[in-house]
Amino acid sequence: MTDRLIDAISNMKDTEALDITNVLLESGINPMKILDASGKAMEIVGSRFESGEYFLSELMMAGVILKQISHMVKPLLKGEVSAKRKGGKVLIGTVKGDIHDIGKDIVVFLLDVNGFEVRDLGIDVPPEKFVEQIRDFQPRVVGLSGLLTLAYDAMKNTVQAIEHAGLRDSVKIMIGGGQMTTQVKEYVGADAFGNDGMEGVTLTKNWIGGQ
Amino acid sequence: MKERWINPSSDAEQKQEENFQTWISAANISFETPEAETGYKERIQLIKNAVQLKKAPSRIPVSPSTGHFPIQYAGINWHEAMYDYEKLAHAWEKYHDDFAPDFYHSPRTVVPGKTLDILDFKLYRWVGNDLREDQEYQFVEGEYMKAEEYQDLIDDPTGFFLKVYFPRIFGELRPLEKMPIMPSVHEIPLVPPAVIPFGTKEVKSAFQKLAEAGDEANDWHAMMVRVSGSIMGKGFPAFSAGFSKAPFDVIGDSLRGTQGVLTDMFRHPDELKEACERITPFMIKLGVAACKATGHIMPFMPLHKGADGFMSDEQFRTFYWPTLRKVIIGLIDEGIVPQLFAEGGYNQRLEVISDIPKGKTVWWFDTVDMARAKETVGKVSCIAGNVPLSLLCTGTPSDVTSYCKELIETAGKDGGFIFSTGAGMQGAKPANVRAMINAAKEYGSSAL
Repeated sequence: MTDRLIDAISNMKDTEALDITNVLLESGINPMKILDASGKAMEIVGSRFESGEYFLSELMMAGVILKQISHMVKPLLKGEVSAKRKGGKVLIGTVKGDIHDIGKDIVVFLLDVNGFEVRDLGIDVPPEKFVEQIRDFQPRVVGLSGLLTLAYDAMKNTVQAIEHAGLRDSVKIMIGGGQMTTQVKEYVGADAFGNDGMEGVTLTKNWIGGQ
Repeated sequence: MKERWINPSSDAEQKQEENFQTWISAANISFETPEAETGYKERIQLIKNAVQLKKAPSRIPVSPSTGHFPIQYAGINWHEAMYDYEKLAHAWEKYHDDFAPDFYHSPRTVVPGKTLDILDFKLYRWVGNDLREDQEYQFVEGEYMKAEEYQDLIDDPTGFFLKVYFPRIFGELRPLEKMPIMPSVHEIPLVPPAVIPFGTKEVKSAFQKLAEAGDEANDWHAMMVRVSGSIMGKGFPAFSAGFSKAPFDVIGDSLRGTQGVLTDMFRHPDELKEACERITPFMIKLGVAACKATGHIMPFMPLHKGADGFMSDEQFRTFYWPTLRKVIIGLIDEGIVPQLFAEGGYNQRLEVISDIPKGKTVWWFDTVDMARAKETVGKVSCIAGNVPLSLLCTGTPSDVTSYCKELIETAGKDGGFIFSTGAGMQGAKPANVRAMINAAKEYGSSAL
């Protein structure tokens, strides 16, 4: 039955996925199993995205289905939900000046379903806030997001602030957004860049391992 | 109902020719010198040849997308740009005086802040509304129309915008919720109920705000007319006039939001397609009206959610392209040349978008393989682009020069090309902008 759930989610059959979830819950299944199946479905969606079979539309659709399932399941979990995150910590935010969050939110969602512990600082985040939060949260990866060209300098300033604080060696820094290129990565002083959400996950996995 | 906008009308070609003649006649422009007038007309001729694909222009027209670059270049901040129209005008004049690209890109995308303030506009944030002086205005992503409301939009797009959408996106226009449904007013007993809302305090206040916002926009407009006249009077034609959009983007950008529209392709496919159809005639009229009013021929059409990565080829062919193509044909029927500005990647779309009448459009690209663009859509359409913003912002002048040279060699051969940037060039280094324009003029003159 959980196989059917995985199949429904990974093939964008939202109504079917919710119906199966209901049936499973009524049958008294351990709700954690539903979340596990959802995670497996997202792995399929992610790999189809990477291979070019799926697009942003499927990522967002899968996100919506997962949100609905977890809405149904979470009230039934008794404290088990804080199953330990094994994937390591990622700090992320849209850099100072830029208030766009769609791209960042997708990366946060994908990192989360891939088992990473993500702290999202939101939008228009100044360099000093990143520094303060690196000290507090001690992430191994920092993600800087931005859509506008003003983000280039803001990212550069953020990387410099992290360097001045003596924290540069403790983190890998990735920049993300549609306008990011190797040239921008060099300019900013980041370790890597990504143009879509899955690239953010791949980079993070390569650096600090997955689930 | 008869299917419209599938094939271009038989007089489309003739209408385009007439529109080019109107544009080139430069009827209402006072030129500073006779040379300015000659230069102005020559530049339009460059575009005409590049668009029509009948013969190569004498050189490649150079028209980078100015974007908001003049603001930083003139050293003014966003508050000054949006609230002090004189400073805005000066910034644009300075940019054009100093860099002299072939075409003038209007500052009209820098809208009057006070107009937005008066209406309590919610769709964007700007310097007067939460942002700092160093931040350009930015869109607030959101779901401004619920999925359950598709049918209301489909039944009556104008009524939906007036009574539902405006109250959501303009805080001061909430009372418009009370407006009557227009087609219901056609019999004597229907008159009083229709006008009663106009007598209420709230609705009066909304109209008062609209009048104030309109006054402010008129002051700004007067300044825009002045700056256009002064730059065009020096011999630089406006590159575009007016605006239109792909119906899918109207729904996706401004009504349903990115997540909404992308998931609607799975959950509400029929409603989404029908809504796009209903928006189509409005987008044609929008482009036509601006061109008619200004004697111009090219409305600017920024394209967003059909880019590579957002959706599959099949989804593009099913949801995005059919109504965009209708808008394109509808504009072509009026002799208008849509400027299709494909933001982001369009490499997966080049074959599909080649299904258009020859010599009637400009496809303007950002992160696209220009060699492939030339071989595909370049056979039927003028192409434009694509100096990357990342290069202009973070590269060196010599990087820029070599990119421009290669771009012209690749995309410029045999004409049918307008040299431009891949996006509005805010954030670019002035030295890079100079290197780009110099390189474009140098290599663009010898390429043909």
